[in-house]
Amino acid sequence: MDVDERGGKVMDHHLLSIITFMPAFAALILAVFLRGDDEAAGRNAKWLAMITTSVTFLISLFVLFDFDPSNPDFQFVDEAEWLLGMQYRLGVDGISILFVMLTTFMMPLVIAASWNVDKRVKEYMIAFLLLETLMLGVFMALDLVLFYLFFEAGLIPMFLIIGIWGGKERIYASFKFFLYTFLGSVLMLVAMVAMFTEAGTTCIGGCEVSLLTHQFGSETFSLLGMQVIGGAQTLMFLAFFASFAVKMPMWPVHTWLPDAHVQAPTAGSVVLAAILLKMGGYGFLRFSLPMFPVGSDVMAPLVLWMSAIAIVYTSLVALVQQDMKKLIAYSSVAHMGFVTMGIFTFNQQGLDGAIFQMISHGFISAALFLCVGVIYDRMHTREIDAYGGLVNRMPAYALIFLFFTMANVGLPGTSGFVGEFLTLIAVFQVNTWVAAIATTGVIFSAAYALWLYRRVVMGDLIKESLKAIKDMSTRERWIFAPLVVMTLLLGVYPALVLDMIGPSVAALVENYNAALEAAGTAVQSAAVSH
Amino acid sequence: MISNDLNVILPEILLSAYALLGLLAAVYTTKDKAGGMLVWITAAVFVVLAAWIGMTGDVTRIAFNGMFIEDGFARFAKVTILLSAAAVLIMSEGYMRTRGLLRFEYPMLVALSAVGMMMMVSAGDLMALYMGLELQSLALYVVASLRRDSVKSTEAGLKYFVLGALSSGILLYGASLVYGYAGTTLFSGIITTAQSGETSIGLLFGLVFLISGMAFKVSAVPFHMWTPDVYEGSPTPVTAFFATAPKVAAMGLFARVLHDAFGNAVSDWSQVIALLSVLSMFLGAVAAIGQTNIKRLMAFSSIAHMGYALMGLAAGTVLGVQAMLVYMAIYVTMNIGTFAFILLMQKDGAPITDISSLNMYSKRSPGRALAMLVLLFSLAGVPPMLGFFGKLYVLRAAYEAGLVWLAVAGVIASVIGAYYYLRIVFYMYFGEEDGSDRLDTQSSPVLSGFLMASALIMVLGIINMFGVEGAAASAAATLVN
Repeated sequence: MDVDERGGKVMDHHLLSIITFMPAFAALILAVFLRGDDEAAGRNAKWLAMITTSVTFLISLFVLFDFDPSNPDFQFVDEAEWLLGMQYRLGVDGISILFVMLTTFMMPLVIAASWNVDKRVKEYMIAFLLLETLMLGVFMALDLVLFYLFFEAGLIPMFLIIGIWGGKERIYASFKFFLYTFLGSVLMLVAMVAMFTEAGTTCIGGCEVSLLTHQFGSETFSLLGMQVIGGAQTLMFLAFFASFAVKMPMWPVHTWLPDAHVQAPTAGSVVLAAILLKMGGYGFLRFSLPMFPVGSDVMAPLVLWMSAIAIVYTSLVALVQQDMKKLIAYSSVAHMGFVTMGIFTFNQQGLDGAIFQMISHGFISAALFLCVGVIYDRMHTREIDAYGGLVNRMPAYALIFLFFTMANVGLPGTSGFVGEFLTLIAVFQVNTWVAAIATTGVIFSAAYALWLYRRVVMGDLIKESLKAIKDMSTRERWIFAPLVVMTLLLGVYPALVLDMIGPSVAALVENYNAALEAAGTAVQSAAVSH
Repeated sequence: MISNDLNVILPEILLSAYALLGLLAAVYTTKDKAGGMLVWITAAVFVVLAAWIGMTGDVTRIAFNGMFIEDGFARFAKVTILLSAAAVLIMSEGYMRTRGLLRFEYPMLVALSAVGMMMMVSAGDLMALYMGLELQSLALYVVASLRRDSVKSTEAGLKYFVLGALSSGILLYGASLVYGYAGTTLFSGIITTAQSGETSIGLLFGLVFLISGMAFKVSAVPFHMWTPDVYEGSPTPVTAFFATAPKVAAMGLFARVLHDAFGNAVSDWSQVIALLSVLSMFLGAVAAIGQTNIKRLMAFSSIAHMGYALMGLAAGTVLGVQAMLVYMAIYVTMNIGTFAFILLMQKDGAPITDISSLNMYSKRSPGRALAMLVLLFSLAGVPPMLGFFGKLYVLRAAYEAGLVWLAVAGVIASVIGAYYYLRIVFYMYFGEEDGSDRLDTQSSPVLSGFLMASALIMVLGIINMFGVEGAAASAAATLVN
């Protein structure tokens, strides 16, 4: 069925809107119709959330199967008029569809992982359902302001999730999370207003006039006595960079992440690691590279070095952590360093690798946080020192944890390997020094991950408190099953992802190089000499 | 011709006549017993007048040789003023009745100040401007000290009066300078004298004094000192009134004077307004952080919001005026909901204004807490609430007018401001049961209704803004030409 033709079934036109707003609709039903806060009401809320997220996933499978990977344009476009000359416009292309799938895939698992929540269950489920709507909106939005709307609105439910259901220091962590990311994004808002004014449209792509095809000014000018190479593009790039780098998060603006992760409830950490962190990378691919090629080119060396530092520095920091969640949070920052590094090589392998790494990290880090959640539910502590020798009582857990530890390290055969390998190949062609430094990060990551595993799982079970600990329940095993399957599947057959994103990434690289050429090579040489 | 003029000014005449007749009737008959009924009747009159004015076509009519202008801009402002005044009156009825403040003068004074406000936004002459401004202010001075036996309330009224009189003096001085250099008090005459680049220094001085006087009325920094004290001291419904209708009127007047009288000298006043704007945004954001009294907090919040509205005005373009109007409409709606919430904050029937009393409020009144949550995020300008779109409009206007630095300053101030709104969310949602005193959860259909409606508008308004965008656009177009 050709989905680009407007004559098809009504559902095809609005499929993306249905997927996006179904969770929000369920949240509305919960808010309006579910009364009381006893156990029965909580159970109903959980089941409704479970069913909604599962159905959302099933519907999104339709999109996946009907999606034409060979077409780099936006598909399933759903549009309507909106305020101020803006448009309500949703659509997916090869880059965004996998993030949409990642989101709909993870949410049922997240709900299942929250089955033990007993505090304000109804509100909890409402928050997560709204969050799903907003995350899906981010990946589908084809209008600048609509994107910003979803991007920022996601802060509200996450702020509440950390603040209400979080740990001891949750207040500090939630405020830090909100204000940090809010400050990052408002500068992007100003840049968006600038783009709107200059291009006269907020349409991202696929319209008559769209931002993806608009050439923003790149003449060098002087601002406050400084020469701005790349001109307006560099400034806009920096404004967007402020937002995406915080969201990513990149060193040195990553400090909100360990706090947020440690304090968030398990499900909150999973969503944060698996999906919210990917918004930054997605933003680079959707906005920074195609819309500000000259700006990206000028700033690329800086970003590459920041990524290299992030990989090494946060790996070292992870080595000394006492708290399991904090350790995994720092490991996330390091892995995101590979993503930014891959993106800013501007070649096919790098971008492929970055996207692959994001998808793979979505599964692996989520599983690791779930692993921590499993023992946290039993012992109510995340201190590494409180554990040891778990393999004696929890063989199944030891196996699962080992599998994801290895995946996190990047063992060939797991999805973690493919992403890191591709990005390292790509960056080696561009900047050998950065590649060399980043590779040492791989070693460090093996060090902290294996050491964590040894301290928690291996050894003798000598701690009195652990003597009665139980192995994983059936529910917990079922939560991990899909993650294990996906990690292995992508590890041995990466073409599943690469075929999907290939044409869109190729188009992106091609447009990028063409735009750079059009803007003149003078800028390029200036950047190299810096 | 005179009948034609009277026809134009008919709504104002009718409202004045209603206020005077109401006063007489109440004095000679039932006195304060009629207070409750008069509140409802006055609110009904406001709504009817708003509907009437709103349905007048697209014409621009001028009365009394240009002293009174009735155009799309004036109509937009008047409808906003009347509707918000009606809403606040209805909200205040219960509060005033239980505290014995429901005197018959209250609705009549509000009606008179509404006449003044309608006059302000229609003024086409410095005399008409001053008349409207004083009528509005005098009525408000009295209303501020409505609770005669409370020190704080009388103090608020007195402070408001003394500082208001000072600002009127400044404004009058400015008006006299303008008259001296332009030779006329008519805006249509002033505009031919005030040309960009060649405005005489005297006229400029007059303009600056005029701006200072009006900045006092919108409580823009550095003319804001009265705001926190008056907000805190006045009875809460009166505070709600101060925060809504008079602000719209003052902003309307501001835009009217700047564009109708000095529209050819945009570059002369744009930087002054931009300065007021940036100071208001930052002071409003920073000073509110330390507040524990929600009324004082709202005072600083409104100062910050006036900063954003002034950002639109500073652009000096059609888009800027449109952005300002949209912003004010959204601001008024948010504030009505927020003050409905504040009016609901009671313990044993006594009003509570300490924000720490909201501890665990979401547990006891989930619906109201959720509505307030929406309003707070809207006030902070976080999408997807309507408050964000207000900010987006003014940012865009400022950017297009080349005031990039102002736009950047504005968004940074909004992050600082977000902190204190989040603090209220923190009390409502993140607290622990600590056995402290709880707020009443009495039901009050009217107040809850306003709260919920306002929150719903903040969410649903993002679909099409209920047509306010288009109305504001045509209103702005009639003003800036």
